[in-house]
Amino acid sequence: MTTANPRANENASGKAAGAFDVARIREDFPILKEKVHGKPLVYLDNAATSQKPRVVLDALEHYYTTENANVHRGVHYLSQQATQDYEAARGKIRQLLNASDDREIILVRGTTEGINLVAQSYGRQNIGEGDEIIISAMEHHSYIVHWQILCQERGAHLRVIPMNDDGELLMDEYEKLLGPRTKLVSIVHLSNSLGTINPVEQIIEMAHGRGVPVLIDGAQSTPHMTIDVHKMDCDFFVFSGHKLYGPTGIGALYGKADLLESMPPYQSGGDMIKSVTFEKTIYNSLPYKFEAGTPNIGGAIGLGAAIDYINGIGMDRMAAYEHELLEYGTERLSTISGLRLIGTAREKADVLSFVLRDIHPHDIGTILDSEGIAIRTGHHCTQPVMDRFSIPATARASLAFYNTREDIDALVKGIDKVIEVFS
Amino acid sequence: MSELQELYQEMVLDHSSRPRNYRKLEGEHHSLEGYNPLCGDKYTVYLKVNAGVITDIGFQGSGCAISKASTSMMTESVKGRDKEEVQEIFDLFHQMITRNPESDFEPDEKLGDLEILSGVAEFPVRVKCAVLSWHTLQAALEGRDGMVSTE
Ligand SMILES: Cc1ncc(COP(=O)(O)O)c(C=O)c1O
Repeated sequence: MTTANPRANENASGKAAGAFDVARIREDFPILKEKVHGKPLVYLDNAATSQKPRVVLDALEHYYTTENANVHRGVHYLSQQATQDYEAARGKIRQLLNASDDREIILVRGTTEGINLVAQSYGRQNIGEGDEIIISAMEHHSYIVHWQILCQERGAHLRVIPMNDDGELLMDEYEKLLGPRTKLVSIVHLSNSLGTINPVEQIIEMAHGRGVPVLIDGAQSTPHMTIDVHKMDCDFFVFSGHKLYGPTGIGALYGKADLLESMPPYQSGGDMIKSVTFEKTIYNSLPYKFEAGTPNIGGAIGLGAAIDYINGIGMDRMAAYEHELLEYGTERLSTISGLRLIGTAREKADVLSFVLRDIHPHDIGTILDSEGIAIRTGHHCTQPVMDRFSIPATARASLAFYNTREDIDALVKGIDKVIEVFS
Repeated sequence: MSELQELYQEMVLDHSSRPRNYRKLEGEHHSLEGYNPLCGDKYTVYLKVNAGVITDIGFQGSGCAISKASTSMMTESVKGRDKEEVQEIFDLFHQMITRNPESDFEPDEKLGDLEILSGVAEFPVRVKCAVLSWHTLQAALEGRDGMVSTE
């Protein structure tokens, strides 16, 4: 397994300093040329899923047309080729996260499956009656539910870190929640409904001070910032490929090797087994112990291509551009009378969640859609966040590095139209 | 008229901003809550039934313009009707908003004002908004308790 310097290739991809050429970048994304209701598509629903660059689509086609075969089980040429590319994708994910060992990268369907894996395997093994799991007030439903189920099963308790009116976690309250019964902390890195970037390093350090492991939900952060699990020192980190400009149905769970070693398998099936007799089964070593059955080979290869693409541009440059765009969007939306931004944390990325007068977000979404503008409306799977701000739902525009100021301008014009319809 | 203007007609917006029968009923009545977890629309329908006939109806809650206007119009349309008539109107209403929008449409006169919601047919994702309270009403008429959900 590879343990080479994970950042060794950083400059190999020919990143040029200087202006961010968004027009050129948009050329890489075929779907951005589509028309919706006769209008050019303005795609501002990136937090739900991102669009895919041509190189990802090409990688999928290449795999299925030239080397489709099952992995880890064939002596024939195609199988070896597929295995090699599948494992190369794992290595790219390791580099992306700055993990040190491929064995720490478990390929899963996405964030949801990754967290299920930790809840089912680590949770069942380590969390018992009276124990506590700490989450934040801005977690995704998928999180809350996994931990609720686990807590019910085990007689454990869920503790929730509250937040202030800007959508920032109250770290003093977190400190108080950390106690002798705390067995796990599970926190979203970048909130999908508020855009808040949580101070995960501090959260992790405080938990580790008490010997408590921390899981970070990187579903939203991975596409928008440089991730370094080593520096962060998280115990688990999960993300979804489809939000990272890759295909659906693939994602990864990073876990520290010693933790993963100690955990029981999550599902049973081919590939996770070393030997089977009727008396005893010996599980395969990491990462295969957690990868039962035929994996999403094409998806992994596609995700690998997405990571190559990101490296070619440079995540730091993408993030800097997106930040400028977020500031522009914040400024433009703030000038609209009767519009209230939900989520105004100082550390924030990519998300512009808002409510507009007494107009329901659902109506906003329909009217914007008629202008070709795709946003998300609803509670964004974070109902407790909505309750916290006493609103049923928000309209959410979420950005990616292929969005432009013109997209923001179109959004503002669309909102003007909403106001016109309802005036 | 554009599809959008047809959906958000003046009368629809009027019903949503000044909903009719927007009140809780006094005295003995039946009530049931309807909820669309996808968009957070939530309405309680209050109902008085005498000898099978709806003698009074009111509602309260929050949601999008379509769901609120639809609920408001529903309360006006079903007062004084029995369960079978309500079913018949709902069926006509449902057919109207789920029809192929390209096809010719002749509204049945039993629909009355409900016809102004015919523009929903152009917006399939909004059908749920328009039928939420109808489902709640149906369940209430069947004597069900608890909450009705679209999901
Ligand atoms: C913060 C966060 N966590 C988890 C998820 C679930 O991701 P997936 O549906 O890809 O498993 C999402 C996606 O909406 C998210 O935004």
